[in-house]
Amino acid sequence: MSTATTHTAEHPAKNYHGGWLRWLTTTNHKDIGTMYLTFSLIMFFVGGLMILAVRAELFQPGLQLMKPEFFNQLIGVHALVMIFAALMPAATGFANWMLPLMIGAPDMALPRLNNWGFWLLPPAAILLTLPFTLALFGIGDGALATGWTFYAPLSVQGGMGVDFAILAVHILGISSIMGSINIIVTIFNMRAPGMTMMKLPLFAWGWLITAFLLIATLPVLAGAVTMLLTDRHFGTHFFDAAGGGDPILFQHLFWFFGHPEVYILLLPVWGLMPHVLSTFSRKPTYGYKAQVYSFIAIGLLSVVVWAHHFFTAGMPVPALIYFMFSTMAISLPLAVLFFCWIATMWKGAMTFETPMLFALGFIVLFGVAGLTGLLLADVAADAQYHHSYFVVAHFHYALFAGGIMGVMTGVYYWLPKWTGHMYSEKLGKLHFWLTVLSFNLTFIPQFFLGLAGMPRRIPDYALQFAEFNAISTVGAFILGLSQLIFAWNIWSCVRGGDKADSRAWEGAEGLEWELSSPPAHHTWETQPVIK
Amino acid sequence: MAGYALVTRTTNQVVRNRGEGLHRKLISLASTAAIPGAASAAYSFNFPEPVTPIARETLHIHNEFMLVITVLFVVVFAIMIYSMIKHRKSSGHAPAKFTGPSGAMQWLWALIPFAILLFIDFILMGIPAVKAIVNMEDTKTQADIVLKITGMQWKWQYEYPEAGVKYISTLATPRDQITNTADKGEHYLLEVDKPVVLPVGKKIRILLTSTDVIHTWWVPQFGVKRDAVPGFLRETWVLIEKPGTYRGQCAELCGKDHGFMPVVVRAVPEPEYLAWLETQKAEAKAANSGADRIWSREELMAAGEETYEKICAACHQPNGQGLPPAFPALAGSKLVNGPLLGMDGKIIPDSHVDRVLNGKAGTAMQAFRNSLSDVEIASIITFERNSFGNKKGDMIQPAQIKALR
Repeated sequence: MSTATTHTAEHPAKNYHGGWLRWLTTTNHKDIGTMYLTFSLIMFFVGGLMILAVRAELFQPGLQLMKPEFFNQLIGVHALVMIFAALMPAATGFANWMLPLMIGAPDMALPRLNNWGFWLLPPAAILLTLPFTLALFGIGDGALATGWTFYAPLSVQGGMGVDFAILAVHILGISSIMGSINIIVTIFNMRAPGMTMMKLPLFAWGWLITAFLLIATLPVLAGAVTMLLTDRHFGTHFFDAAGGGDPILFQHLFWFFGHPEVYILLLPVWGLMPHVLSTFSRKPTYGYKAQVYSFIAIGLLSVVVWAHHFFTAGMPVPALIYFMFSTMAISLPLAVLFFCWIATMWKGAMTFETPMLFALGFIVLFGVAGLTGLLLADVAADAQYHHSYFVVAHFHYALFAGGIMGVMTGVYYWLPKWTGHMYSEKLGKLHFWLTVLSFNLTFIPQFFLGLAGMPRRIPDYALQFAEFNAISTVGAFILGLSQLIFAWNIWSCVRGGDKADSRAWEGAEGLEWELSSPPAHHTWETQPVIK
Repeated sequence: MAGYALVTRTTNQVVRNRGEGLHRKLISLASTAAIPGAASAAYSFNFPEPVTPIARETLHIHNEFMLVITVLFVVVFAIMIYSMIKHRKSSGHAPAKFTGPSGAMQWLWALIPFAILLFIDFILMGIPAVKAIVNMEDTKTQADIVLKITGMQWKWQYEYPEAGVKYISTLATPRDQITNTADKGEHYLLEVDKPVVLPVGKKIRILLTSTDVIHTWWVPQFGVKRDAVPGFLRETWVLIEKPGTYRGQCAELCGKDHGFMPVVVRAVPEPEYLAWLETQKAEAKAANSGADRIWSREELMAAGEETYEKICAACHQPNGQGLPPAFPALAGSKLVNGPLLGMDGKIIPDSHVDRVLNGKAGTAMQAFRNSLSDVEIASIITFERNSFGNKKGDMIQPAQIKALR
């Protein structure tokens, strides 16, 4: 690995601007990681506030707080903010902070690209949410009101919020692709001498597959929304039957990106889980190779199952059967991961600090997402679940319990390393229990709502859905408020607390734990040698 | 599994106003906590009662699969929880060091769950699922009746092509119930002015399309959900086994009033259906003959107001002020106050008549030439030109619209 250019060698450590200019110009992976994570936390609350407004409206039947137009804007922008501005940046923040530490590299391979990748995010987030503010001043009619899926022709008909969202998606996509290139190059070229691919930490493996998926699918999304843009403004007819186009073409293109996106969000978390489980079970990871091969298998399968997102759109029978069975096939490598996670814990010596609690909560609740996903794959039953609250509950088990709780696992696990302080274990546990209980209080009723026949994305509903909606809203508000504990815990951990050892957790293994907590501004300037 | 018998909502329940509704809810929540089961009548935990072969099959599959995944969930997490209790540091358990299966026995243990899952996916769940799909998509065998459904923002049009009958079905729930100024009725948001009527025991082929964006026609008790895609025909079928009124909703986000376009199906015995169809035919005939006579301004204004409320007011608002910029105001509109027809008696492009007949591409303004009758179009145009402060003073006859088509 001596060929790897060490950017830091040209840059004396002290050559930094002070104040905010430091953050604007930094090329240090730790600084950039911190910015990604901070941005993600802020946007998590922005997206959360939007959906609390939605849940407040849905507390009772009737229109109480907002017009349906505004309701439609909130649900779509909530999803885009949570996916593109909260979950994805959080995973990129983890990668920036931890990958170089874990693989013994002095920094990311492309530090300037790294800086640019981050600084594209704030403008994109502003573009996405600006139409709300503009509407207050009478400009335009608000943000994207089509749901996050942009389905044509509704999005062709929509106001300028759609254009803002299209441009925001473009910028977010460029940022993600740059981040992915950086991660792939770093992993391929900058591993410590002796660290073969099959000695790579699983977190790096998870991210590697995510990075390839992003590069494979984001351009398709970019293409789809560009076609939408030209349909809207330049007289093309990609999605207009009157001009020879097809609205369903948009759904194919969108979900060719959209389905892998689920795994893009989840693979870094799956990569993280074995580290946490092994640490708190004080036992080495079970089935390393099996997990690597499962990541690869899921990555490959994820790009060939997209049409299960629109089974009701009308498809030939062979297509229905193919997409059903290919979707079900994902459960096999996923089952391998579950097996390995539990086998890692088996016969260990477990303790239950906050990261371990979140990891266990993740496994159980993500299990619900996986199992209900098996039901949804069934085309015949899917006709009932589709577009209903059953689906809403299902993907929140995947993306909140799977994605967000996975990120929380990582935050609690690595906070001592990042800050050099231990967070409050008491508050961490309180945060865990409140989150898990209120999450289930919010989303279990939504499974029943879906079965009873409540469609998604409606601002008002029939009386038979009233009870479960009221419960769900109560759960959502507790869930939202509990996250303030999370923010407070992070903030006080940054400010101070008990000193953390370099090996913050008794059972922690890996290069990152050989460095002091917090690590020096530049680390692994001399790469360690792995035997 | 809990069967659909649990779905027994009291039928004459009327929620009072908001405050009282909340009060009632708190009481019912409290009583649920106090006497489990006693207040469960209002909670439904499964699909509603199926009334078609497809819905019955779907419910059966759903119940079976729920059982399978519940067993999987319980078994897997029982093992995990056992481990969490048994293998804790605090109970003095010393950690093992293994990192994978070693020896034939352990490989067997590792592969058995995999084999079970393979069996569940592709045999236990896969085979019934394939059968159900083939049945669900069987739209090619002989059907007794064809029903064409057209989704439009935000109403459904039902057409019986063989009988030449078609009409639009819109939400019947009064506005003040939605805004919480009146008590909500029993079928709040699930009631329409004219339900679609179908005979029981007949195979009905349903063709779906849309005039604007994608809508989804869904009646939970039929187990049928299919998208209505503009510019394309989609098909599905139902065979209703039991007379009754069945309610559903549009399931695909289709714009501002997506939550307010219900589906109501009245399933009746065949003789009753045929009698109903005859009255519809007579009504259609009467409506068509409307174009053959001269209408007075008062007649057109009265008919126009009624149709405007039903078709136009959702976007352009009852007071004609619209919701700009998406839905322009008609009051003081240049277009509405422009010339009616050209000097040659033909339609002027981008005029009021052109807009109502042909719509505007890329917006929510749809072409009404195929969904409204001559009388309806003539009366709406006349009404709009002479209301909301517009004082054109002119009018257009249904016969003129007929000639312009």
